[in-house]
Amino acid sequence: MKVQLSHPAREVDVKGPKRVKELLRDLDLVQEAHLVIRGDDLMTEDEMLKDTDQVEIRPVISGGS
Amino acid sequence: MNCTKCKTKAVIGLPRHNAAFCKSCFNGFVHEQVSRAIASQRMFSRQDRLLVAVSGGKDSLALWNILLKLGYRADALYVDLGIPGYSEKSYERVQRFAETVGATHGAALRVHTVKEEEGAGIKELAQLVHRPTCSACGTIKRYQFNRAAVEHEYDVMATGHNLDDEAARLLGNVLHWQTDYLEKQSPTLPASVEGFAKKVKPLYRLSEREIAAYAVLNRIDYLVEECPMAKGSKMLLYKEVLNRLETASPGTKQSFYWGFLEQHAKERSPEGSMAEKDSATLHPCSTCGQPTTAEVCSYCKMMARAQASAQR
Repeated sequence: MKVQLSHPAREVDVKGPKRVKELLRDLDLVQEAHLVIRGDDLMTEDEMLKDTDQVEIRPVISGGS
Repeated sequence: MNCTKCKTKAVIGLPRHNAAFCKSCFNGFVHEQVSRAIASQRMFSRQDRLLVAVSGGKDSLALWNILLKLGYRADALYVDLGIPGYSEKSYERVQRFAETVGATHGAALRVHTVKEEEGAGIKELAQLVHRPTCSACGTIKRYQFNRAAVEHEYDVMATGHNLDDEAARLLGNVLHWQTDYLEKQSPTLPASVEGFAKKVKPLYRLSEREIAAYAVLNRIDYLVEECPMAKGSKMLLYKEVLNRLETASPGTKQSFYWGFLEQHAKERSPEGSMAEKDSATLHPCSTCGQPTTAEVCSYCKMMARAQASAQR
């Protein structure tokens, strides 16, 4: 599957099928700091992603003062 | 995963509440958390005129959206900080939201431009006074928002600070034992002296992930890109550490910050003590008239240093 990441913006290929929770773990991303989005939908941690899926993993943390 | 309330397919799991929600029940949850924050911290009433500080990011646009949906009278202020390649994009998001959502609720958008007022953007100003950009930015934003709220006679100024912001700030203050700052960490800061607007943080019960999910689900077009100036900031590090703890032990952030608020409330009545303390230590700045502990306030001092440095 194609996975779009931010900060910096890049795309990586990950072999599916895979659960959202496993995808985050494999990429060493903390669940509490990210949303996984497919199309217009938010994906819960237990959902299965197909090898043909395109997903965005969006960081939710913003910094500054 | 199914919605805890209505049993349809869930769109988000919330481990810290041991719950999951569909879109409609999640919106209900978010609105309920904000309503509880407003009531329990005595933030404002439906008669009050609110000024929301908006940046184009998820928190402030979600806050403006929620307050309008809940039926509050909320205008917004955008401070253009003059960050090349970033401020343009953030303003575009704010403007679009103001036109599509704000205007339909009769809410207005006000804009202050730092470069127009002070002759330089935030990055140059920070360099001129030899301060980290985020720290100079904080001073400028606090000053601009307070001044706008007081000048235009808004009853309350609201910011989009969330649970993660407050927990991270608390961690930073505790790590360095900056106990003087702890008093200012309440979600409601009273208009303690003449010239200070009342300030509230209605999102303090919601995590950043929950607010981002609310923005995505409700098609709020916010700027995902991180401010280029914030890269490597301490706040980001504190948030990262707290999110690792939260993932391993859900509820850590809320028990840390809310627990602090409970302890703090037990120790003293913040309104009384802060008003007393502030009226004893604050007086009008000799340059601009806004409240300060010094002869000249930190904003005016910073601008004077920037001017002197630019002339050299």
